[in-house]
Amino acid sequence: MSNILVNAPKTARRGAVIEIKALIMHPMETGFRPGPNGRIIPRNIIERFTATWNGAEIFAMDMSPAIAANPFVSFFAEAKESGTVVLRWTGDEGFVAEQRVDIAVE
Amino acid sequence: MDRRLFLAGTAAVVFVPLSPATATPDAMAEAIRKIVGTATPTEGRVKLDVPPLVENGSTVPLTVSVDSPMTEADHVKAIHVFNEKNPQPNIFSARLGPRSGKAIVGTRIKLGDSQRIVAIVETSDGKFWSAGADVIVTLAACLEESP
Repeated sequence: MSNILVNAPKTARRGAVIEIKALIMHPMETGFRPGPNGRIIPRNIIERFTATWNGAEIFAMDMSPAIAANPFVSFFAEAKESGTVVLRWTGDEGFVAEQRVDIAVE
Repeated sequence: MDRRLFLAGTAAVVFVPLSPATATPDAMAEAIRKIVGTATPTEGRVKLDVPPLVENGSTVPLTVSVDSPMTEADHVKAIHVFNEKNPQPNIFSARLGPRSGKAIVGTRIKLGDSQRIVAIVETSDGKFWSAGADVIVTLAACLEESP
């Protein structure tokens, strides 16, 4: 399906603030561009990106067509307990992608 | 063929692709008003990092950082970024909380023209902060299907 690249530390000290970077392959078609046949290519974007840590939301972002193709997002989170960070992208044409990252907190 | 008619015809053909509605400074102000309501954003606390001169508008790195302790009592709730001249005024709206630790969000955006970018930040005390940056774009984003 889609290619996802996530950069997050595997381990963190308790209370440390870590950076999580996420990149996903997606055209982010704006819906404003004419294609080769002169017709407007229908919009196809990722509308929403969310990150949860053991189920609790730590970051969310509503995207617009002005986000570049292959959306990249970087954000920070405080490492409170070991667990799983779930990154989730949803968008037009029923697009859903999910990536899990395990982070051990010492 | 009548020369005048021909010229009018070509003019119409030339201008049709430019017709999609574009956001204007007014549209941006309206979009910002939807977020802040009657409040007036104060300039400061927010740093908007975006290159002043961009060669390719298709991917422009942008980082918003806010000077905030990010505690339960005092944290950034949301970061919104707007533009003046893309087809739509909104770029993104990010939601943060005390769990974020640092109020820094980075992404890559598209710019259809040289224009002003504005970041609006909502803090937990209900106040709004802003920062702006002017960007010159030499090659605009995605006007045509890439070859």
